[in-house]
Amino acid sequence: MTETLTPALGPATGGPPLSRLADDDLELLLLIRHFELTLLQLYGRGELNGTTHTCLGQEYVPVALRPLLGPGDFVFSNHRGHGHYLARFGDAHGLLAEIMGREGAVCGGVGGSQHIHRDRYLSTGVQGESLPVAAGVALHLRRTEPGALACVHIGDGTWGEGAVYEALNMAALWSLPLLVVVENNGIAQSTPTAAQMAGTVAGRAAAFGVDHHLVVSADVNEIRTGLEPLVARVREGRPLVVEFVTHRLGPHSKGDDTRPPEAIRAAEENDWYARYAQDHPEHFHRFDGPARALVQGVADEVAARPPSRWSPCA
Amino acid sequence: MRVAENLNAALHGLLDDDPTAYVLGEDVLDPYGGAFKVTKGLSTRFPDRVITTPISEGGLTGVAAGLALTGNTAVAEIMFGDFAALAFDQLCNFAAKSVSMYGSRLPLRMIVRCPTGGGRGYGPTHSQSLQKHFVGMPGLALYEMSPFHDNRDVLAAMVDRGEPCLFFEDKVLYTRPMGQADPLFRARLDGGLAVVDPVVPELAARPDYVIVTPGGTAHRALEAMRSLLVEEEISGRLLVPSRLYPLDVEALLPHLGGVVLVAEEGTAGGTWGGEVAHLVHQRIWERLRGPVRLVHSAASVIPTAAHLEREVLLTASAIHHAVREALRG
Repeated sequence: MTETLTPALGPATGGPPLSRLADDDLELLLLIRHFELTLLQLYGRGELNGTTHTCLGQEYVPVALRPLLGPGDFVFSNHRGHGHYLARFGDAHGLLAEIMGREGAVCGGVGGSQHIHRDRYLSTGVQGESLPVAAGVALHLRRTEPGALACVHIGDGTWGEGAVYEALNMAALWSLPLLVVVENNGIAQSTPTAAQMAGTVAGRAAAFGVDHHLVVSADVNEIRTGLEPLVARVREGRPLVVEFVTHRLGPHSKGDDTRPPEAIRAAEENDWYARYAQDHPEHFHRFDGPARALVQGVADEVAARPPSRWSPCA
Repeated sequence: MRVAENLNAALHGLLDDDPTAYVLGEDVLDPYGGAFKVTKGLSTRFPDRVITTPISEGGLTGVAAGLALTGNTAVAEIMFGDFAALAFDQLCNFAAKSVSMYGSRLPLRMIVRCPTGGGRGYGPTHSQSLQKHFVGMPGLALYEMSPFHDNRDVLAAMVDRGEPCLFFEDKVLYTRPMGQADPLFRARLDGGLAVVDPVVPELAARPDYVIVTPGGTAHRALEAMRSLLVEEEISGRLLVPSRLYPLDVEALLPHLGGVVLVAEEGTAGGTWGGEVAHLVHQRIWERLRGPVRLVHSAASVIPTAAHLEREVLLTASAIHHAVREALRG
């Protein structure tokens, strides 16, 4: 069992340099980063309705997982799911149209930021709710499509929900191909993990006899190498909890960050974006500007579209 | 055949005919076969598709939703309908929403069975009729078991609906016979609506009043109808819809007269009957002699002791009394 981790307050610097990324990984990371930054700008200008939760600082989690998941796998995402969607489909236009309620929206503008369904990808906005559903999907996959898995993204705060434990119990009992990806960013909305979680994620997984794998690195290549054999075991019916110790760079939603400056500074110092720019400046700058321009183009194009249409009785 | 046997046979039939059908719940395996024996024999015949679960109503309802999401037909049993409260999030925020919140219709074949109601001395948390708490949820349909509706047809209707359905099964019905028991009345089906009239054609043609009731209350309504007929020569008609919500009120209208009552076992306040009354008022207010009258259990917890439980729950005599009041105008 590991100790409680409070990454946002931990030592920030002195990590080893990040390894060089494949071009497509870097492009995807930057696409997600600039997508999220653009959203915050749009909100700031009052051009978006409702709310959103950006994954700034956590982009590398779905990017690292991307080649480990196949089209036959289900992915369940949560409120902070833009990166998960973009890593799966690369479809910035459809996602932004969904968030802006414009024509071409993935779900007609009904679901918005946190309720998206496309093929074998589904997100929903209630904490922990998707775990039992994913267990049911994993049960189906084990029986009808052996080798496929159900992956669920949750946060550290999600562990407050009983549904998590009901699902872990069933997943272990029934040997389900269930991969639980925990993005432990050290803070649940405004509450530090230490103030809402007794014990550890590892200890909770161990209580059910479920394997737990801790990822503290933000190095996509390194993470993948570590995860590959473990994910293969999930496909054989051995559920797994992968806990990423990560950093939420931005606010919970928008303009609601009450963390002390040192906590935000620690998150910034751990940010893969700045680190990669420093470790691989040429590679970074070759792709960063174009990614920024691409997302700007998407935003301009989608904003000009007519509103999405939907019939409540459809 | 008793109602529980009819339902059991219907579940056997569903698993027989539909290779994607699953039944899951607590203690559903043989030799136990469920707390009310409704799943008896299923796990012996279909060991791969009858799954016993931990005591996790929210979790097992979510698993059922996951099975439905991947194209299966999922039947979940909540041991006591009271515990559907533990599955409220999965039903309201996941299953019901998923049918439409992703912009296009996402069909889910999912039935959640809820043994319901009092009269057996199980006390406040094992005797409730929670239908009213689920009324009005877009994407969630409510059905109730009845002695007049073959459960095979009802299961098929719920599956064909392609959205999550709650199936309320009044526990008192399990041991009662299917079909009509009272020789004074005859039941017939008009689509999903059971219409029960006096056997005597002249009485059937001109009912003095009409009672609308879910299946679990039907026998109490019939008891009241018998006493009204025999003791006071007042003749009535009983309407038992299989689907409570959304209610097909148009199907009721041809069978209604000037005096209409709704009888149900749920406790007072925010009742299903209130919804029925509103729908009827909207359509035939001018034809009614007075507002639709609601009869239900008291606004109370349901006590365990038999004499106390009787004071709270809807009785035949309360229905009898309400009919007389309504006719008096």
